Amino acid sequence: MEFFGLFNYWAFAVLLMTGMYAVISKANLVKKLIGISIFQSSVFLLYISMDKVEGGTAPIIQAGVSDVLYSNPLPQVLILTAIVVGIATLALGLAVVVRISEAYGTIEEDEMQEMDRE
Amino acid sequence: MITLFGVFLLTLLMITAFGIVRAQNLFAAVMLTGIFSLQMAAIFFILDAADVALTEAAVGAGVATVLMLGALALTKDKERPPARRRWLQITVVVATTLLVIYATFDMPRLGDPLAPVHQHVAPWYLSETTRLIDIPNVVTAILASFRGYDTLGELFVILTAGIGVLFILANGSSKNVRPTGPVAESAGLRHHLVPRVVGRLLIPFLVLFGLYVQFHGEYGPGGGFQAGALVSAGFILYALIEGEKAALRVLSFRVLAGMISAGAFLYIAVGLAGIARGGKFLDYSVLLNDPIAGQHLGIILIELGVGLTVTGVLLTIFHAFAARGQKS
Repeated sequence: MEFFGLFNYWAFAVLLMTGMYAVISKANLVKKLIGISIFQSSVFLLYISMDKVEGGTAPIIQAGVSDVLYSNPLPQVLILTAIVVGIATLALGLAVVVRISEAYGTIEEDEMQEMDRE
Repeated sequence: MITLFGVFLLTLLMITAFGIVRAQNLFAAVMLTGIFSLQMAAIFFILDAADVALTEAAVGAGVATVLMLGALALTKDKERPPARRRWLQITVVVATTLLVIYATFDMPRLGDPLAPVHQHVAPWYLSETTRLIDIPNVVTAILASFRGYDTLGELFVILTAGIGVLFILANGSSKNVRPTGPVAESAGLRHHLVPRVVGRLLIPFLVLFGLYVQFHGEYGPGGGFQAGALVSAGFILYALIEGEKAALRVLSFRVLAGMISAGAFLYIAVGLAGIARGGKFLDYSVLLNDPIAGQHLGIILIELGVGLTVTGVLLTIFHAFAARGQKS
């Protein structure tokens, strides 16, 4: 079990760079946005992994029970709001992509650059 | 056992992420992002973050998938296959992954109670919440009261993003628009028996559960953000089944705009009421004569504000995408 103690962070690293790869190598704008949201999700995973306390439970205090260990509530608060902000910004990005598609007739980056050159 | 389950879920998550990046059919990629979010929610849950899991499931797997499908209906759902392998990018990405993994060896193990993150301000929140605010859910206490400023800021980011989407999509010429896909079809899925029956059964419970999550947020996992996502998911489902127009008859753009601004206004008004009663901005203790009752009142009011704004913004964004498809 000790070996898996850092597995969450390794998964974070892999997901972070999977998202990064989609952003830097794909020409399709929707794919780039999906890449950004994978990137973003991996950061959520990093924060939430840090909140866990061995043997702890969700930070909802039960009255009359004393010796309970609670996980750290602070990263949860930060990520809770970040998720909703993430969807709002994703929607903004998608709206821009829709307008680009209406103007150029394509959502592939290199095709757009060719049109601009002409 | 739970560790192994976590490892299993994380492996599945990485496989899904690879699948999303590789999929050339964007429709498939969007569906996989829904699955990705659901797995992520399960992982958050086993990491003791019940509030976050609820939000991720409602927002990531529900609303985000619908929004991306709405955008795909207005653009193209196929990605052009790449001309060649991009070795430079692959090298950069693999090298960075290895670097980040190397850096993780300095991190404390998962669940280590002596990790620095658990030493600073978090124990104070856990020990003082009962004395100062007296609500069981510490996450809600921090979100709404201790860190009310942060939440106010986040709420205005959401508000701004919603207004931005309206500015971008609500006007301008819409040539080249091909009204396809489920969102653009104004008749909805009314003629399909199974989605209609199942949807009709689900919608009231979804909205009811949203309201429960809204008003039970002080005692269990929940609050304005989750409730907003759940309620808007209910209305989006209604719009998908009964058609865009029927949904707008229930909650028109005017009402939605009112909800958005009323929510933000309510939040600020509670903050200013604190000043008027002789306290600081967003200090709820002075709202009533009993500080703890004042905290309760303040938290309920600002959670209501958050819920109103989040519902309004998510539904407005959905309708902005859906209406774009019908214009041509």
